[in-house]
Amino acid sequence: MEHYNMNLTLKVWKQKNTKAGGSFETYQVKDISSEMSFLEMFDVLNEQLITEGKDPIAFDHDCREGICGMCSMYIDGRAHGPWTKNTVCQLHMRAFKDGDTIVVEPWRSAAFPVIKDLIVDRGAFDRIMQAGGFISVNTGNAVDANALPIDKKDADTAFNAASCIGCGACVAACKNSSAMLFVSAKVSQLALLPQGQPERESRVLNMVAQMDKEGFGNCTNTYACEAECPKGISVSNIARMNREYLKAGLSTEE
Amino acid sequence: MSLDSKIPQGEMDKKWTDYKGHVKLVNPANKRKLEIIVVGTGLAGASAAAALGEMGYKVKAFCFQDSPRRAHSIAAQGGINAAKNYQNDGDSVFRLFYDTVKGGDYRAREANVHRLAEVSAAIIDQCVAQGVPFAREYGGLLSNRSFGGTQVQRTFYAAGQTGQQLLLGAYSALERQVALGNVTMYNRHEMLDIVKIDGKTRGIIARDLVNGTLERHFGHAVLLCTGGYGNVFYLSTNAMGSNVTAAWKAHKQGAFFGNPCFTQIHPTCIPVSGDYQSKLTLMSESLRNDGRIWVPKQKNENRKAVDIPEEERDYYLERRYPAFGNLVPRDVASRAAKERCDEGYGVGTTKLAVYLDFKDAIVRYGKIEAGKTGNDTADHDSIVKMGKAVVEEKYGNLFEMYEKITGENPYEMPMRIYPAVHYTMGGLWVDYELKTTVDGLYALGEANFSDHGANRLGASALMQGLADGYFVIPYTLGNYLADDIRTASIPTSHPAFEEAEKKVSDRINTLMNIKGKQTVESFHKRLGKIMWDKCGMARNAQGLQEAITEIQALKKEFWSDVKIPGDINEMNPELDKAGRVADFIELGELMCKDALNRNESCGGHFREESQTEDGEAKRDDDHYSFVSAWEYKGESDWQLTKEPLTFEIVKPTQRSYK
Repeated sequence: MEHYNMNLTLKVWKQKNTKAGGSFETYQVKDISSEMSFLEMFDVLNEQLITEGKDPIAFDHDCREGICGMCSMYIDGRAHGPWTKNTVCQLHMRAFKDGDTIVVEPWRSAAFPVIKDLIVDRGAFDRIMQAGGFISVNTGNAVDANALPIDKKDADTAFNAASCIGCGACVAACKNSSAMLFVSAKVSQLALLPQGQPERESRVLNMVAQMDKEGFGNCTNTYACEAECPKGISVSNIARMNREYLKAGLSTEE
Repeated sequence: MSLDSKIPQGEMDKKWTDYKGHVKLVNPANKRKLEIIVVGTGLAGASAAAALGEMGYKVKAFCFQDSPRRAHSIAAQGGINAAKNYQNDGDSVFRLFYDTVKGGDYRAREANVHRLAEVSAAIIDQCVAQGVPFAREYGGLLSNRSFGGTQVQRTFYAAGQTGQQLLLGAYSALERQVALGNVTMYNRHEMLDIVKIDGKTRGIIARDLVNGTLERHFGHAVLLCTGGYGNVFYLSTNAMGSNVTAAWKAHKQGAFFGNPCFTQIHPTCIPVSGDYQSKLTLMSESLRNDGRIWVPKQKNENRKAVDIPEEERDYYLERRYPAFGNLVPRDVASRAAKERCDEGYGVGTTKLAVYLDFKDAIVRYGKIEAGKTGNDTADHDSIVKMGKAVVEEKYGNLFEMYEKITGENPYEMPMRIYPAVHYTMGGLWVDYELKTTVDGLYALGEANFSDHGANRLGASALMQGLADGYFVIPYTLGNYLADDIRTASIPTSHPAFEEAEKKVSDRINTLMNIKGKQTVESFHKRLGKIMWDKCGMARNAQGLQEAITEIQALKKEFWSDVKIPGDINEMNPELDKAGRVADFIELGELMCKDALNRNESCGGHFREESQTEDGEAKRDDDHYSFVSAWEYKGESDWQLTKEPLTFEIVKPTQRSYK
């Protein structure tokens, strides 16, 4: 791979805390290697800022291998930046060229308040999980794992839905700030598996109710969520969730 | 002080059953009055918090990430071992036990390992019941694969994302308990000290990382499930936030540290490409099932890998270890790669890499595919095409990850790999009940030292985390709490809490007031370099002594010249990191002391003074068949207590993979 260095202009959202207003700050970075990751470029910038006595940029990150779901930057108008099926931490600088100006913002959604700079509060996702994103089985109650054969096709589809990393890119990419892709991925995983049947109806009703309560918008089928999902979670999960929701609504007694 | 490991009497395979049969119980009404603090929400922490919440205890759980689902267990790729014998290939609890003790190079406690093997099967049952989507066969039953250091197929997996699926299972169980009100979750909180009253652990001081506020939390017992300390090397496969702080604070309050120098260096990671590098990425061990590892036979080779003819390649693992070849255990494979690179045969721009080549596997699979379709006359190109499809199905996500990071296509040219720090077998010393040397303080998962000896086998970390959390601590903790039912909640206005909070607050103020010139990151990098060069894959007395002196000097420099921006009472990731790096510096010194003291080679610990004529690790059972448990006595001052290891069942032999 051809290696090159580049100088870049960065316009980054700075916001002291949730209550304060925010604005874009402009930074220059020099001699950035095309082999660096995007977050390593931010590390370099932060080291530079700290040395100069300036305020470094706060951003969420942890595993830096695309699986923990912590990193969350909206780069040049796209959640997780220009590469598809990718997280920010896996984005590398060879995606850019010398002289580029890059605009970096936090996830934008009323349900994800900014905590500082590029860091947002995604506690809403945990609360949606608390509403029903589980199978009620206490430790020690399980039967033998192979007592319950599961069609490989269903198991694979459930796995694909379960590979959601809960990063929130779907919400950030959606013009309605809808969390339908995230919620439907969990609803689908558990609806597809026999273990998930006993709570199938209450689960979808409760999770959707919590989703609405958190202030996420509705789905209007733009598919922006699927396009920007780093794990390629399919919008067919949303269709499945809508069916599940409808069926559950029709069959409940209340 | 002598250490009591509290291993139950009786035959090895009856110990755990007998223990469970006679352990003290806490009745449901009393459980409601007992409060438990769980620090860390990876596999060990999330499973423990969920299980204890289900039992009726009042649990408070803490994690420094924005959600418990992000803990670094999530990044584990390969799988989880369990003695299910679903493949009918002769597996059993005994064999899993045996392989783990042997794989750990006879430095683990037999009774703990046996218990781990015993509960392994129940873990799989529990995870499936929670809806964890493990890989399945067409008949609908669970699939298994093999991993290094074993001869049976006992590894359960979910593509290359097994850790993710297991953690999300435990996380959902945890969130269910949060919803039921049995667990209170504290995200973006970091534990900065334990609080002791009358010699017992009675709570913690935690810092809210969003606003910098210090909080006091009472608990009848505290469980540290805070993972390993591989980031002491700066570069490792650990997450950026993984740290030793909670364990280190406990250590300084009297918890002994067990075998701190036992570090696992994983052979197949993407090599370092520049000074700016912040972390290293693992390529699953499963790749060694099909990839062949080689370097050029000629030093300073500059040709591209594909231009180097077959006869000029040195498949050094196959040459040195014909019996196990590319599937030797991790410690052996890592040292062999280092040896070739040190001799000048390394590849890539840094010359610190070896090739992992799938060319032969692609052709082999391609021919099988051609055979399946009766296409015996297929030309080479179509065979390669069919082979690539098979390799993609098996390892697609890993190949994709490699290409994203390096920009190179591993289907066309071999991967470049090099060993990297991955896991720490050492940790807080615990007895059979997972209790540290401080009453009421427990350590679970990677944070303790107990099950993997000097080298961990692949797919065993996930097993241990969940074993400790779901199936061990629910029993052993009750044995302690049963005697504590008359202790009412202690108000956090108690002087012990006040004093502990003041100590934490003073330290933060001291850090912020240094106002020096060098960044936290620069100190961490320097520490990492000392550790990697002198306490890494190969260690010797001289280097370790030098490292101790260098680390002591680095510590002084840190505390007089570190520069931390921002304020205390706001979100300040640099301040968080400063506290962690300060603790890593102290731990680094202890690791070197421990490595210096252990003048033998075992597992991942290779002392150059202790090797066979052909350069293999040489254990010294006569002098070092013990656990090193270090007690903190004061600055740069530790006292060693030895817990002798006895092997009733698996008799130690020199490991050979030739």
